[in-house]
Amino acid sequence: MNATAIRVRTRRWLDRFLARPVLDLPLLAAIVLLCAVGLTVLYSASGGQVGLVLNQSARLALGLTLLLLLSRVPPAILRSWTPWLFAGSLFLLALVPFIGTGRSARLWIDVGPFFLQPAELVKLSLPMMVAWALHDRVLPPGWGALAACAAIIAVPTVLIVAQPDLGTGLLVAASGAFVVFLAGLSWPRIALILGGGAAGAAFIGWPMLHEYQKDRLRMFLDPESDPLGAGWNIIQAEIAVGSGGLFGKGFGMSTQAKLDFLPEHTTDFIFAVFAEEFGLVGVAAVLALYAFIIGRALWIAANARDTWSRLLGGSLALTFFVYVMVNGGMISGLLPVVGVPMPLISYGGTSAVTLLAGFGLLQSIYAHRRLVAT
Amino acid sequence: MRPNAPSAIKTPQVRTRLRLHAIAMLLALGGTALVVRAVDLQVVRNEFYQNQGDQRFVRERAIPVSRGMVVDRNGEPLAVSTPVESIWAEPKEVLAHRERIPDLARALGVDAVEFEQRLAQRADREFVYLRRHLPPDQSAAVLALGVPGVNVQREFRRYYPAGEAMAHVLGFTNIDDRGQEGLELAFDEWLTGTPGMKRVIQDRRGEVVENVELVREPQPGRDLRLSIDRRLQHLAYKEIVAAVAEHRARAGSMVVLDVRTGEILAMANWPSYNPNARGASEASARRNRAVTDVIEPGSVVKVLTVGAGLESGKFKPETLIDTTPGWMPVANHVVRDIRNFGVVDLTRLLVKSSNVASTRIAQQLTDEHLYDMFRRFGFGQATGCGFPGESAGVLSAPNRWGPVEKATLSYGYGLSVTPLQLAQAYAAIGNGGRLRAPTFVAGAQTPDAAVLDPQIARTLVDMLTHVVAEGSGAKASVPNYHVAGKTGTSRKAMAGGYQSRYISVFAGLVPSSAPRLAAVVVIDDPQGDAYYGGLVAAPVFGRVMPGALRLLDITPDNLDATLAGMTPTTLPAAAAPDADADVHSPFAEGVQP
Repeated sequence: MNATAIRVRTRRWLDRFLARPVLDLPLLAAIVLLCAVGLTVLYSASGGQVGLVLNQSARLALGLTLLLLLSRVPPAILRSWTPWLFAGSLFLLALVPFIGTGRSARLWIDVGPFFLQPAELVKLSLPMMVAWALHDRVLPPGWGALAACAAIIAVPTVLIVAQPDLGTGLLVAASGAFVVFLAGLSWPRIALILGGGAAGAAFIGWPMLHEYQKDRLRMFLDPESDPLGAGWNIIQAEIAVGSGGLFGKGFGMSTQAKLDFLPEHTTDFIFAVFAEEFGLVGVAAVLALYAFIIGRALWIAANARDTWSRLLGGSLALTFFVYVMVNGGMISGLLPVVGVPMPLISYGGTSAVTLLAGFGLLQSIYAHRRLVAT
Repeated sequence: MRPNAPSAIKTPQVRTRLRLHAIAMLLALGGTALVVRAVDLQVVRNEFYQNQGDQRFVRERAIPVSRGMVVDRNGEPLAVSTPVESIWAEPKEVLAHRERIPDLARALGVDAVEFEQRLAQRADREFVYLRRHLPPDQSAAVLALGVPGVNVQREFRRYYPAGEAMAHVLGFTNIDDRGQEGLELAFDEWLTGTPGMKRVIQDRRGEVVENVELVREPQPGRDLRLSIDRRLQHLAYKEIVAAVAEHRARAGSMVVLDVRTGEILAMANWPSYNPNARGASEASARRNRAVTDVIEPGSVVKVLTVGAGLESGKFKPETLIDTTPGWMPVANHVVRDIRNFGVVDLTRLLVKSSNVASTRIAQQLTDEHLYDMFRRFGFGQATGCGFPGESAGVLSAPNRWGPVEKATLSYGYGLSVTPLQLAQAYAAIGNGGRLRAPTFVAGAQTPDAAVLDPQIARTLVDMLTHVVAEGSGAKASVPNYHVAGKTGTSRKAMAGGYQSRYISVFAGLVPSSAPRLAAVVVIDDPQGDAYYGGLVAAPVFGRVMPGALRLLDITPDNLDATLAGMTPTTLPAAAAPDADADVHSPFAEGVQP
């Protein structure tokens, strides 16, 4: 292919793109902005470790590349891959207890150049699979379809919680449940399932929890009962957020993180550092950014061309919301400590890549949306 | 899709949209909760959390200061503080790095297994000393290991260059640098500085990240200049040790006072201890006996009885007293001299140390007069030198006396005094009858009080000069100087009466013509044949004083004798030499059968 031909093709693609963009630019801009904020806070929270920031930048770059690639794949093709993707991720998940590594739990698989966290893959493949299971059925789903969905959700959830990684397990389960919910489950059935779930959690789930997980829940209720032990994180995070005040202490001035009082200040608790340094104003700005992203994602889902896309898109948006809600609630002491990162701000590779890949799916849905709005 | 849906609302499309509205509500609710919480934490309760945050990292830390130095009257160091370092740790932090414990234990010079057990026992604490008072190079080696949770703290350790010789006077400090005994205790406040205070930012492990400000300037302890002369002190100590060893005595003390100022120039005791390593020393070795222990002074106080006699006007120096037959009954008691001295004047009373003559004087005096005399010279009251644990001694009041008590008091029994009190009394005689409280501080001006007519005081000094020149105190004589003094040998009072154990005493003044130094030597429980004050205590005086007089550059008042080729001394009030005055013959000391 000669140079002229390339130029002509590029020109043609650009014309088509401008006529009907294949990417939702506002959403992409918001995501990129959030990533920038994340890297900035990471620089401060890590005490100026450039290596850490570069590392995270590389992951974000990988994630963004994945986003762009996925956005070019039509939803119909993605849907047809779904069962294989789900089966593959489930297989990897099943391998984790045998070849997995991790500090306190077996979470990762060493695949040479990087560590893979199969649970993160499931965050995408599970809602895809549930949506796949429902996409060609009459909606709202009947009991049979619900049972199938329950099975699809239960297997990976149990595997993940057993790793043990309660936070990811709950997020995965939620992402599947959101699909079912969006599929139009009647309210009485929702009530029935929620009630059953709550009872099941209380009577079966609680005894199965690990002691440290129980501690976290107990500490949430009364952090001062063990201020140096399990309550430490909550208290230190609250202090970090609270001492930030209206305008914050300024970039790089977080004492709680710099002096090492706040644990996990580059990962799960990084937003507390942000809140300490940038205050209420900064928090409000970032929350607004999150709200915009979630809203935009929901808008894309609402305008999806087919059921699978709609269900998947809605689920991804809501899961993203749950991320923000659980992490924000944790660092401000509203919710118990669960290992859920602040999306795109917390340091951590697989999560960032998965999230960006998820937005790739959303971009694909956007690119292949209905041409006429209803 | 249901082809024949009766109502648009029932279409899945619309149903999904309804769901989306429900979801939007949920999102709004969640978002609002986060924002409200953020406002609550960051605006409403901001101040509280601000304080909480500050409390976690802003700390006030003490800046250690060194204790003041103690120096002698010439500025020679007697107690100095040197910087040392103490290693402390947070047990939890160290136990979290168990694999480093053997290295750490080796650097600290302790057994690793025991060390780990000790840490484990204290795991719930946040501060445990691992090793205190290490030299800086050794503590640097420990810190160089970089074991987490191990920290260093600057402290000061006290060193006493004069060692055993000054141990009792100086006392010592505890490991926290606070005075525990002696002058270290008495002047603790003066010597202790005020630690400075600085505000610092520290991280979770307690390590200082940044110094913020100086809250309080550190105030180092003030130095203390003692009246003690280190050279004189060493001399006195050396001779006390030698005398105690020679006579296999239990203990010994010597006090040297400056007659004019009341300054204590030397105060030595045996047994002693090494204040730099006092671990094994016995408590009895730590007493400053010269101040804390009392003795029955015996004959050395006869000079006060004589003084009271002169004061009463009933006696003159040349008044003759008949002591024949060498004993006399008092109530149901018998006062004895060692042998029959016949008729004696007051000078020979002292030279021969006649108990009978002393009793005769006392009988001519009122009880109150005799009591007042002893009282004026400081007996029965603390001297006011301020030494911790000083004993006041005992001087019972006349209303509790019978005839026997009055008689025995006249020759030094039935009262107890400290060596320092005795020295104070002699200094008052040497100072023209003006009593001054002894002091340990150089240049301290303590008020003095007239306790005796200067004329009488002068007379007493002259009489005491004869005691040394020709009486029992001969061994206390010093070449080129006239010495005034009195010996004493008292039987030790024990539970159930007196026994064959003695205390040998000598109290003296030098030079006689214008006394500058007053000294008291006490040897407790000398063994062997020689136990008289003239043989045990007086020689110590005679050996210490030549050096003391030379060191203090005191002009000799008896060069004539030396120049004349050791001819007998000529004295203004010279009495007839007594042929029997021989230090090797037994003297009539206040010894009660």
